[in-house]
Amino acid sequence: MNMDTSLTPIKPSDFGPPQARHLMLRAGFGAGPHEIAQLAELEPQQAIRQLLKTPSTEIAIADIDPDVIHPPTAEERERFMRARKNNDEAARSEARRIINERRAQDRRMLADLRRWWVRLMIDTRSPLQEKLVLLWHSHFASRHRNVRDTFLMYQQNQLFREHAAGSFADLARAVVRDPAMLKFLNNDKNNKRKPNENLAREFMELFTLGEGNYSEDDIKQGARALTGYHVDDNDFVFHDRRHDKARKTVLGETGKFDGDDFVDVLLDQPACSRYIALKLYRHFVADVSDHLDEVPGPHKAVIQRIATMLRKNNYQITPVLKTLFLSKHFYDPKIVGQKIKSPAQLVIGTARSLNTPTRSLGTLSDGMRIMGQDLFDPPSVAGWDGGRSWINTSTLFTRQNVCTYLITGKDPRKKKWNRNQTGFDPMPLLANLDSHEPKPVVDHLVNFMLGEHTPASRREPLVKFMQDRSKGVTPDSMIALLTLITAMPEYQLC
Amino acid sequence: MSDPSAYTRRQFLHSGLAMVSTVSSVPIFLSRSSTVMAQTAGSLPTNPGIPEDRVLVVVQLSGGNDGLNTVIPFGMDNYYKSRSGLAVRESDLITLDTNAGIGLHPSLRPIHDMIGDGLASVVQGVGYPNPIRSHFASMDVWHTGDTLTSKGHGWIGKALDTTRSEKKNTSLACINLGSQAPLATQGKFVKPVTFDRPEMFRWSGRDLHPALNDTYDQLNQPSTSTPGNSPTDFILRTAMDAQVASDRVRKAVNQKPATSFPGNSLSRQLKMIAAMVRAELPTRVFYVALGGFDTHANQAGQHTRLLNEFATAMSAFYKELKATGHQQRVLTVAFSEFGRRVKQNASGGTDHGTAGPMFLFGPQVNPGLIGEHPSLTHLDDGDLIHHTDFRSVYASVLDNWMKIDSTAALGKTFNHANILRV
Repeated sequence: MNMDTSLTPIKPSDFGPPQARHLMLRAGFGAGPHEIAQLAELEPQQAIRQLLKTPSTEIAIADIDPDVIHPPTAEERERFMRARKNNDEAARSEARRIINERRAQDRRMLADLRRWWVRLMIDTRSPLQEKLVLLWHSHFASRHRNVRDTFLMYQQNQLFREHAAGSFADLARAVVRDPAMLKFLNNDKNNKRKPNENLAREFMELFTLGEGNYSEDDIKQGARALTGYHVDDNDFVFHDRRHDKARKTVLGETGKFDGDDFVDVLLDQPACSRYIALKLYRHFVADVSDHLDEVPGPHKAVIQRIATMLRKNNYQITPVLKTLFLSKHFYDPKIVGQKIKSPAQLVIGTARSLNTPTRSLGTLSDGMRIMGQDLFDPPSVAGWDGGRSWINTSTLFTRQNVCTYLITGKDPRKKKWNRNQTGFDPMPLLANLDSHEPKPVVDHLVNFMLGEHTPASRREPLVKFMQDRSKGVTPDSMIALLTLITAMPEYQLC
Repeated sequence: MSDPSAYTRRQFLHSGLAMVSTVSSVPIFLSRSSTVMAQTAGSLPTNPGIPEDRVLVVVQLSGGNDGLNTVIPFGMDNYYKSRSGLAVRESDLITLDTNAGIGLHPSLRPIHDMIGDGLASVVQGVGYPNPIRSHFASMDVWHTGDTLTSKGHGWIGKALDTTRSEKKNTSLACINLGSQAPLATQGKFVKPVTFDRPEMFRWSGRDLHPALNDTYDQLNQPSTSTPGNSPTDFILRTAMDAQVASDRVRKAVNQKPATSFPGNSLSRQLKMIAAMVRAELPTRVFYVALGGFDTHANQAGQHTRLLNEFATAMSAFYKELKATGHQQRVLTVAFSEFGRRVKQNASGGTDHGTAGPMFLFGPQVNPGLIGEHPSLTHLDDGDLIHHTDFRSVYASVLDNWMKIDSTAALGKTFNHANILRV
């Protein structure tokens, strides 16, 4: 059967628990049975409106010291210069020791920041917002490894949160002034006299247009427009005297462009809306290629329509998501349950939907790193590849073992486990279920955790397992059952 | 092809686990059925001339090894002048080259012996242009082989990516021992199998209760209905690969070694690698790391201990390989992200520097010293100036030993450092 590529809304009668489950997984991280049942009661329009509701005005704040990494004071600078001049190895060594100490403190703060974000994703009442922050973090990827300033990474993360479902154009304009990005792509070294092309290149190749939609000369001219966009400690600063004020020609447009003009030129390109549409589609809908020409026709047609919508709406994300989440296409069986969960989706989703204890947040973020998604340290400026690249023989065990950890508290790094300290009551997951016989219990959990589309042959081993438990459905056997379900290949999908 | 004994090692290495992912319907658990292996072997291609049984082991000395106190230029005045408290006395070190005045740290006696047996060499003065003194950033350079942006995938990953083919499974092509896979081993397609301890490279639910095992195995086993390319089929096949790899790896490392190993951590890891080489896993690259080389203070004791661990482990590793008949198959390369400054600091340690020595092990190496020691008088702001680009070592290892085109992995063509006799 062909995939429905229509963006027209699904009928209210077609919106039930499986669709509500799918919506919560894709627009968030997944939800518990109760939340799904509630959402399924609504008309689809209402359900989506509820999801897209602007989150509470106050943004969660992390306690991140802005002053751990800072430029040397005048006194420090002088002391260091003197040591260098006099070849005073002791003083130079002392200066290096101080820097190393600050860096160590900064790395500890980074671990705090990771835990903070994991906690926020688990607790937030606006999961869509955090899902979008993850998207922008991978799209405008910066790495702490290179930026080496946790506060700047935090600031950038908050920028993504602020613009999450707002306008991509506003976000892009803010990113050319984002200190973490300016440092990461060396634009703090981009001067009239000696332009540095790094930011201009990545802005075209990875942030707006995609490969092949610009020339090397466009990069050179764009780099000139971005000269003087520098960083002063934690803030953006425009160095007028280092900025090239002459005329530039970028993608056929000519003017005395600065960095903001440069971004506007890029946003005007049809290639930009196509590129962003593809990103949105890959994040929320399907694991297709990141090269539009390699995307199969039916998917491509949808992406083209999203691109048109983006252009019409001045890059406003919310109306596009509204249409998408409501569309027949979004609920097509070829879309549902066919996307590979990112490590964040897996970890956060398991904790949220099963309502497990959150265990050690540090272990969770370590686990995400081992699974390939090290928050604040994406593998490169290209962000995470996503899709099948998440899964290999090593990460698959880690994925299963992190779920086991959430459900049972058994640390995957240790052989020992104290079965009396799971600290998790799985019984509320069965709250609305009349019968606690093996088959209805398994069906209920499989529908909720793997999807209604899961064939009977995949449910049978689980039913058999529960039938073999002498005490029937107890908290213990439920924990075993949940551990088994999360270890099924299907659980890696959403 | 129904007789499993007709199966040669070469074929075995080629097919290895291949059938798991390529043959669509594996009816039973591979590791329990040699018949399945034999049946599918015939359908797998062999690439004549490509020595698939050759193994590369990479040992990463993390933290920035002090090259000057490892391979010691005792003949250069400036060495003793710059390191009044830290220099190794000429009477203590092991002389390698009397004319040039180069010796080894006394802890490296086992490596000196290996040089005598034609099994070890030292490439001097290895580095790259515009050196970076940050651990992370410099490590990224060594891992990607890209000194300009250090972006993208790792040099080993990219090299192994080129060995992929429709009919070949590369899921065990690279094994990393450690908690996290290093960037060097990450390809676009080929990803390393990574584990700290092999008993952890498995589903941890097995430790909860034995009753879970059968159901888990049943649920993670491809059936005849999973031949396709759907995400579920893909994950099922990966699950199967993981299971087989886990079984094989754990079975391999449970074997008793033929010789004895010291008790230190690098030896423990190399013992596992020797076991996996011996078990003829279809693994082309093994990666291990030994940390602690960031010796900013009170370096002498720490450095001696680390070099001792390194040397005794390497020596034990090659003795084991020889005893099990696999020595000819294994080349080892050891590197550190940078050397340290020429002048010692005020805390009895050394700070981040630039060029340093690389070590190579195996019967294929040109034994002894390769290249010259960098000058101690012609310095760049107190740091050594490299004369051998590390990528010329990579290029030679890939082209001449692994028979993998280095240009694809390194992005351009590098001259071959004169390190191998193959």
